[in-house]
Amino acid sequence: MDLAAVLTLEILNGIATLVLISVGLAIVFGMMRVINLAHGEFLMLGGYAAIVATNHGVNIWIAMLIVAPVVVGVIGVIAERLIIRVLYGRMIDTLLATWGLSLFFIGLVTTIFGNTVAGIGAPLGGIPVGRYSISLYRLLLVGIAAAILVAIYVVLRTTRVGLLARGTMENPNMAAALGVSPPRVYAATFGVGAALTGLAGGLLAPISGVLPTVGAAYVAKAFITVISGGTAIMAGTASAASLFGTVNQLLTYLTTPVIGEAGLLGAAILLLRVLPHGITGKLFRGSL
Amino acid sequence: MTSPLLQTVGLSIRFGGVEAVRGVNLCLGERELRCLIGPNGAGKSTLFKLLTGQLRPTAGRILFRGEDVTGDHTHAIARRGIGIKTQVPNLFDGLTVREHLWLAARRTSSRQRADAITDEILERVGLRALSDGLVGRLSHGLRQWVELGTVLAGDPELILLDEPAAGMTHDEVARTAELVREINRTHALIVVEHDMKFVRMIARTVTVMHQGGVLVEDTMDQILKNSAVRDIYLGKHGGI
Amino acid sequence: MNRRWVSPGIIVTAAATVAVGVGAPLVVDQFQLLQLTVFATMCILALSLGVVWGYGGILCFGQSAFFGLGAYTYAVTAVNLGESTVAIVLSVVVPAVFAALLGYFMFYGRLSDVYLGVITLSVTLIFFNLANSTAGDAYRIGAARLNGFNGMPSLPTFNVPGNPGRLLDPTETFYLVMALLLIVYGGLHALLASHFGRVVVAVRENETRCELLGYDVRLHKLLIFTVGGAIAGLAGSLFANWGAFVSPNVFSLATTSQIIIWVIVGGLGTLVGPIIGCVIMQYLATELGTQQLANTSLIFGIIFLAFVLLVPRGIVPSLGVVRARLSAARARRTA
Repeated sequence: MDLAAVLTLEILNGIATLVLISVGLAIVFGMMRVINLAHGEFLMLGGYAAIVATNHGVNIWIAMLIVAPVVVGVIGVIAERLIIRVLYGRMIDTLLATWGLSLFFIGLVTTIFGNTVAGIGAPLGGIPVGRYSISLYRLLLVGIAAAILVAIYVVLRTTRVGLLARGTMENPNMAAALGVSPPRVYAATFGVGAALTGLAGGLLAPISGVLPTVGAAYVAKAFITVISGGTAIMAGTASAASLFGTVNQLLTYLTTPVIGEAGLLGAAILLLRVLPHGITGKLFRGSL
Repeated sequence: MTSPLLQTVGLSIRFGGVEAVRGVNLCLGERELRCLIGPNGAGKSTLFKLLTGQLRPTAGRILFRGEDVTGDHTHAIARRGIGIKTQVPNLFDGLTVREHLWLAARRTSSRQRADAITDEILERVGLRALSDGLVGRLSHGLRQWVELGTVLAGDPELILLDEPAAGMTHDEVARTAELVREINRTHALIVVEHDMKFVRMIARTVTVMHQGGVLVEDTMDQILKNSAVRDIYLGKHGGI
Repeated sequence: MNRRWVSPGIIVTAAATVAVGVGAPLVVDQFQLLQLTVFATMCILALSLGVVWGYGGILCFGQSAFFGLGAYTYAVTAVNLGESTVAIVLSVVVPAVFAALLGYFMFYGRLSDVYLGVITLSVTLIFFNLANSTAGDAYRIGAARLNGFNGMPSLPTFNVPGNPGRLLDPTETFYLVMALLLIVYGGLHALLASHFGRVVVAVRENETRCELLGYDVRLHKLLIFTVGGAIAGLAGSLFANWGAFVSPNVFSLATTSQIIIWVIVGGLGTLVGPIIGCVIMQYLATELGTQQLANTSLIFGIIFLAFVLLVPRGIVPSLGVVRARLSAARARRTA
C-alpha cells in the first residue's frame, strides 16, 4: 500500500519533471516554431541564478520562484533580439545559432564559476509514508507543474494577451494590420518561455545540483517530450510527459535507471513512427 | 475496344467535410489525348495527385493496364509508367537541365542509353542551348519545358500535364501545343488547362469537372455548345 | 553524363593528402606525427557527416553516436579477441547496422528535417548517459569491462592482420590512417558520381520529383545514412586505437557539436570543405587547449555563432561564391 503510494509519487514526479523542463520549450516551439538548442543552458542558468542568489542571502523561495525566472527571462529576450529575430524562418540556421549560444553559455559559466558542483539543500523535508519517506518538496513540484499547465491554458484561452499571442502566431500580418506588433509578441513569447525554463532550472537545482554541463542531461528529454507532444502547448506537453514519465519511472523501478532512460527514447521513437507530427498533431488537434 | 490504359472506378477523396473528388469514372485508351477542364476547385489537380499516388483515395479504384494500383506508393506508380508535370513545377533547382533528363532516363536505361535519350529529348524540347544551366535560374516558361522534358525522358506510357501552358508567352503556348501533339503520337496524355486557346489547339475529347465530379465528357465543339458548361464558367472565364 | 567526375579540386585534394601522408613522417617528430594521425582520423569523421548532411540533406546532429559505437565496438572486440582485424571490421559493421535501424524508423516514418536533427541528437546524448552509467563489474561484454565514466584503458592497438604479436608502430599507423582518408575521400566522390549518388543529391533537392520519377526516396536516404554511420564507425576504431583508450566522451554533446562545427566552417556541399574545417578547428583547439586565456566551449560557441550569423555557407562554398562574383565582375569589365 505504502509502496504503491511511493511508486505513484515517483511516477508523478517523473511526469512533473518532464513538464517543468519542457513547457518553456513547448511555448517557444509551439508558438514560434523555433527550436532553441540553448534550452538546456537556460535551465542551467536558472539553477545558477537560484543558487547564487541563495548563497548571497536571498530567501530560497524568492531565489527559485522570482530571481531565476526573471534573470533567464531577460537573457531570453536579449537572445531573441540579437539572434533569433535575425534568423527567423531559417530553421536550420536557428538550430545552429542556438547551439552556438549553448556552448557560449557553458563556457561563460565555467569561466565564472568553475567546474565544481554547486548545491543547495532541498527545502521542506520529508513526511513518512509507511516504511518510506516522501520528500514534501517533490510533492510540491508536482503541484507547481500542474499549476503552470493550468495557468498557460487560462492565459491563452481567457486573457486578451493570450488571444493576441495566439493570433500573432497564426497570422502575423493580420495581427500587425490590427495594430499588434509581431516583433514585440515574439520577444515577449520567447521571454516567457525562457522565464518558465529558468523557473524550472531554479526549482530543480536543490534536487540535482548544478554543473555548467547539466543542460545536456535535460535537453534531450525536453526535446523528445516537446516533439512527441506536438504543436499544442498544454495538451501536447501534458500527454507526452505523462506517457514518457510513466514509462521511464516504471522501467526504472522494475530494472535500472539506465533501462528507464533507454525506454523513454524507445517509446519516443515508436510514437514518432506512428504519429510523425506528435500526439497533438493527430489527436487533440486544435487544442491549446 | 481493347482494354483501357487507365481506368478509374468511383474514385473519391474526402478531406474532412469536403469531397474534393466525387465518384470519378474515367476511361483512357492507349495513346489517347484527353483534356481536363473545369473551374478552380473542381478537383483536377487533386485527381492527378490521386493518379500518381501522392494522395490516397477514400473510395474507388484506379486501374492501370488492368491492374489495381489504388493506394500504391508514388514511386511504384511512377515505375509502372505514369509521369506527371505538376501544377507548380517540381524541379531540382540546384541541378542542370541535362542532369534532370539524365536522372529520369537512367532509371529505366543503361548509362549509354540514358546519355542518348538525354540528348534526344534536349533536341526535341528545344533545350539544347540551356543544357548545362541551373534550372533554378530559368524563367517559368522554360522551367515548364524542363519538367516536360524530364517527364518524357522517363518514357512513361501515360503523361499527366497540369497547366503546361501557365506563365507562357503566346509563342511558347503554340510551341507547347505542337509538342503535346507530337508526344501524343507515342504516348497517352491527360492535360489540365485553363488557357482555352491552348485547349482548342490540342483537344479531341474533353472532360469537364465541376465540384469534384465529372459534369460532361464530349468533343470540344459539343462542350462549347453545352449550356451546363457555360453556366459553371459564367462570370469566371470570359472567352469560352 | 559527365564521366569526368574527377575534377581539378579532387585531384588537388588527393595529391595534398598523398603529399602529407608520404612526407610528414620524414619531417615532423613523433609527437607531431601523433597529432597529425588524430587530425586525419577526425577528417574521416568529418567526411561522414559531410556526405550525409551536405549531399544527402539529412540533418544528423548525432553523428557522434556512430563514432562512439565504432570506438566502443572496437574496444570490446579487441579486448575479447586480443586481435584487431575483426575488431576493426565490426567497428564499421555495428554502427552501420544501428544506422540502418535508426534510419528505417526515421525515414520510413517520414520524419522531417528538424525532427531528424533532434532525434539524432537525443540518441547520442542517451548513449552518453548509458555509457556513463556502466561503471562496476556487472557491466561487461565478455572479458571487457565497460567501466562507465572512467572509460576503457589499455586497449589493444592495431596489429598486422593475423599476427597479434606484431603491433603497428606510430609511423605505420599514420600511413594507414592517411591511406584510409584517401580511400574514403575518393570512394565517396566515386559514390556521389554514380547513379545512386546522383539520386541522393536529387532527393536533397526535391523529394517529390524524385518519387515522381520512380525513385524510392526513403531507401536512398536510408542507404546514404548507413554509409555515413559506417564511415563514422571506422573513425571511431581509429580513434580508439590512437589513444588506446575509449570513454563516454565519444558520445558527448561536445563531440557531436565539434563534428557539426567542422562541416559548417568548412562548408556544406563539398567533401573538401569538412576536411579543411576539421583541420582548422582541430589546430585551433590544440592551440587553445594549451592556453588558459578562455574556455574552449566559450570560444567554440562564439565561432559557431559568428559563422552562422556572418558566413552561413562556410568557408569553401563562400570562397566559391567569391570566386564566381570576381569572375562575373571581370567579365562585366571586359565586356
